[in-house]
Amino acid sequence: MRRHEIRALLMRAPGTNCDAETARAFRDLGVRAEVVHTQRVFRERNLLDYDILVFPGGFSYGDYVRSAAIWAKECEYRIGPDLERFVDEGRPVLGICNGFQLLVEAGFLPGFEGRSRYPEAALANNTTGYQCRWVRVRHLSRGNCALTREVPRDAVLAMPIAHGEGRFLFPRDRQDEYLRRLYENDQLVFRYVKPDGSFADGEAFHNPNGAWHDIAGICNPAGNVLGLMPHPERAYFGWLTPDWTRREKPPEYGDGRLIFESVVRYVERRF
Amino acid sequence: MSRIARSPHPFEHFTIRLEGAGDDELREVAAALGLGLSVEEMRAIRDHYAAVGRDASDVELQTYDQTWSEHCFHKTFKGVIETPEGVIDGLLRTYIRRVVEELGPDWCFSVFEDNAGIVDLDGEHAVAIKVETHNHPSAIEPFGGAATGLGGVIRDVLGVWADPIACMDVLCFGPLDFDYGRLPEGVKHPAYLFRGVVDGIGSYGNSIGIPTVNGATVFDEDYTGNVVVYAGCVGVLRKDRYVREVKPGDYIVLAGGRTGLDGIHGVTFASAELTEESEEVSRPAVQIASPIEEEKIKRAVKRISAGRLGSGITDIGGGGLSCGVCETADRYGLGAEVHLDRVPLKYPDMAPWEIWVSESQERMLLAVPPENLDRVLQIFEDEQVEATVIGRYTEGGDARVYYDGVLVARLDLGALFSPPRVRRATAWRPPERGEPEFPEPSDLGEVLRRLLAAPNVASKERVVRRYDHEVKGQTVVKPLQGWNAGPNDAAVLKPLEDSWRGISISCGVNPRYGKIDPYWMAASAIDEAVRNNVAVGGRRIALLDNFTWGNPEYEDRLGGLVRACRACYDVARAYGTPFISGKDSLYNESPLGPVAPTLLVTALGIVPDVRRAVTMDLKGEGNAVYLVGATRWELGGSEYYRLMGHLGASVPRLDPAETAASYRRLTSAIDAGLVRACHDLSEGGLGVAAAEMAFTGGLGLELSLSSVPAEGGMRGDLLLFSESNGRLLVEVPRRHRSSFEEAMEGSVYARVGTVTDEPRLRVSGRRGVVVDLPLDELMAAWKTPLGGSA
Repeated sequence: MRRHEIRALLMRAPGTNCDAETARAFRDLGVRAEVVHTQRVFRERNLLDYDILVFPGGFSYGDYVRSAAIWAKECEYRIGPDLERFVDEGRPVLGICNGFQLLVEAGFLPGFEGRSRYPEAALANNTTGYQCRWVRVRHLSRGNCALTREVPRDAVLAMPIAHGEGRFLFPRDRQDEYLRRLYENDQLVFRYVKPDGSFADGEAFHNPNGAWHDIAGICNPAGNVLGLMPHPERAYFGWLTPDWTRREKPPEYGDGRLIFESVVRYVERRF
Repeated sequence: MSRIARSPHPFEHFTIRLEGAGDDELREVAAALGLGLSVEEMRAIRDHYAAVGRDASDVELQTYDQTWSEHCFHKTFKGVIETPEGVIDGLLRTYIRRVVEELGPDWCFSVFEDNAGIVDLDGEHAVAIKVETHNHPSAIEPFGGAATGLGGVIRDVLGVWADPIACMDVLCFGPLDFDYGRLPEGVKHPAYLFRGVVDGIGSYGNSIGIPTVNGATVFDEDYTGNVVVYAGCVGVLRKDRYVREVKPGDYIVLAGGRTGLDGIHGVTFASAELTEESEEVSRPAVQIASPIEEEKIKRAVKRISAGRLGSGITDIGGGGLSCGVCETADRYGLGAEVHLDRVPLKYPDMAPWEIWVSESQERMLLAVPPENLDRVLQIFEDEQVEATVIGRYTEGGDARVYYDGVLVARLDLGALFSPPRVRRATAWRPPERGEPEFPEPSDLGEVLRRLLAAPNVASKERVVRRYDHEVKGQTVVKPLQGWNAGPNDAAVLKPLEDSWRGISISCGVNPRYGKIDPYWMAASAIDEAVRNNVAVGGRRIALLDNFTWGNPEYEDRLGGLVRACRACYDVARAYGTPFISGKDSLYNESPLGPVAPTLLVTALGIVPDVRRAVTMDLKGEGNAVYLVGATRWELGGSEYYRLMGHLGASVPRLDPAETAASYRRLTSAIDAGLVRACHDLSEGGLGVAAAEMAFTGGLGLELSLSSVPAEGGMRGDLLLFSESNGRLLVEVPRRHRSSFEEAMEGSVYARVGTVTDEPRLRVSGRRGVVVDLPLDELMAAWKTPLGGSA
């Protein structure tokens, strides 16, 4: 598939607020990005016309009940089968922040046995309260995650987070088993690290929210659904990075671009 | 009361016979209806009804009450003031608006006319900006008060068809460690207010997805009884979508949240003093916030604006529908017909007057030509926003308000918008304060460490990180700089996708100076706002004034206000920086006395190419550090004096012409690429600014006090901590030194130091080294008090 033919669908619900900058990133890569209201997608049932599906960041429906819980249930109920088919066909789904919360709430992530009926993980309230700050994450995927293939293994990426509920948790009685499966399936994509590249080990604020095992992002076993708390779209251009003025000339791009580039390349190659 | 009679209708409605009523009776009527109108105003209303020969209705009197409130009409700023130096015919006209009238800049698009001030961005686009206060509600219910304050100012920006892209907040609290035992009945503790206000702003701004990019947090005893919450918003619009052409027959469309009993008499409450009973009496005046509702409205308004489908728009804020409808009609020389029974309510059985004045949040009022109505309503439906036609604009100058087909109010807009002018007198005397005398402390390093930890200097990271300052992906210079999170002077945004042209947003506020002299307080606030903007590379600056003052009916408070306004004219005129919008909040009085006289100045500048923006962190070893501006023996109101237990009298002054010239030269040096870092000197003076630049950049700095251009005979501590205006520290690479010096020719400046790779701040004075501290200690001192992170 050629780049300019690729169509990315950025769904938005009331309260979604990172759609414009996410669309800007895809457009910069030469992809057609369309921001469409979730009600319209429900009405028109045209999900499968698209090659990329993105759930952008925000506070869908005010994040009442739990972050993204309402939107996730609504999506399941209204377009559940379409979503499952989209995923089963290997098309890429990217969930950023609120989008990650949605993918967990809807059972697509971690999705050990395909989509789960109930959430298998949680993005709980931060131990540190709401935080907006730049963090560093290390890329751990050994190649399974199709949406980060352009990111070198073990590379440390700088991106900002901005959320009150992003503390990744598994049920306590299953967390060791689930973690083993994440590693076995190569589903662990990003972990928070310290400036020297070593894992944050829960230390605030390198791990900004208290996430268990410093987990910042995971993918499904098939590697085509990725959810992450940091915002790659806010680290897309060099002038968005926190220390660009320290260079004589600002860098053209930030680390976030690698993720969007991976998504687009994956579609180019596969379809 | 015999003058008030219930109408024979099946809903709550009263007629009020004002004919021949004496002052006592007028007072009784006002009290019975809960009106904040003065006797003079009630007399004017009585005479109006005598002239038209009929009784008044409750809905009508409530409308007068709202429209004539200080909050809505700004009676003090528009009134006549007698001062010992002569009569002032309107403070706003004489001192604030006059700057823009005399300067006549071609880049001002809409000034003091709309909900927000609007200036040019790039010829095709414009920037709208507005700052509001929400002090009284925040004192009663800090979370809701602050959240709705932000919600309201965002709607002001939507109310000029602009897309809101950034928020600002400036918060003033009493000391967080204020002794509970000294709190009077009805006053909430500063720590409680602090938490609630910060959470309220965060909750609203984050949810609606507009970054909070600039602000300040100030602590002072004089805010204990009167918390101050300023919320601001900046938006961008295409000039060809700024539609203001309401015609007779256009529909009045009310969109957004439902109308309820929250926010009844908000403006009356805001125009009175806070008392022990405020909580009980005025709780219903505080509105309830729903940021997601406003997010949906924002999307809908953007689409309606893109199609130029509306002919007018305004937000429903203070005074509710009564102000929104009447002001719109009056602006276009029209009348209006409104049916209150069509207004969607949160619950049944609200009286017509309550529907008419309710300040329920997240509501916009649009004027829509008949041919566009279906499309507008469809857009609102798409965005899941309730929108209702509640009436039409009409020919003629009166507003007719109906409920169930019954005419419940008929308002002559000419009379409504001609309240009697207030006439007030002033008396301001400089407070009798002396300059303190104390020996120079032996360890200035220890003083510096304590200053960095002082509440007004220490890192506000705990507040800043509660707010998303990156959403929308336009924040080029962030409130906190780099990984070490030092304090940037201004935010820089890149609002347009296809252009490098940016805007810079900064502020200035110096409440402690106001206790000594409001004139120099105001002058300093303007200078600080402009200086902060210049530091990042901003120019062509527009200003906003936001006064928070005590009761203007006291002659001393009003006298101080007049002095502050005079400074606004003098300094803004000399700087060539016009005021384009503003707001005043008066009557900030509590059982603890008046609020510290406070002027917040917000500055909006242009950065021609955001890639040339300058941040405050030191960048390179071996670079020279220059101090621009003269240091004077004027530490009155300074953080250093406060630390030593004094207020003092020698408040910082300003030579506006000289300072403006030196800013222009600095801007040309920045444009020539000669400047690597720049930081303004404010609270804590040279010592604090130098420490902040060093630890933020992770580079050492050697400073020599003997090189500081200063008034003769100043001691080391005074040189290091003076807060003289007009000063900045500038880092210049070695190879650009001569070009920089050439660019600054004619200004007061000197090379005062060098960047080193040894992570220490070392300051030498006449006595040898007076400060020698590792950067991590300085940074820890700065970050610890309010809780930051390394």
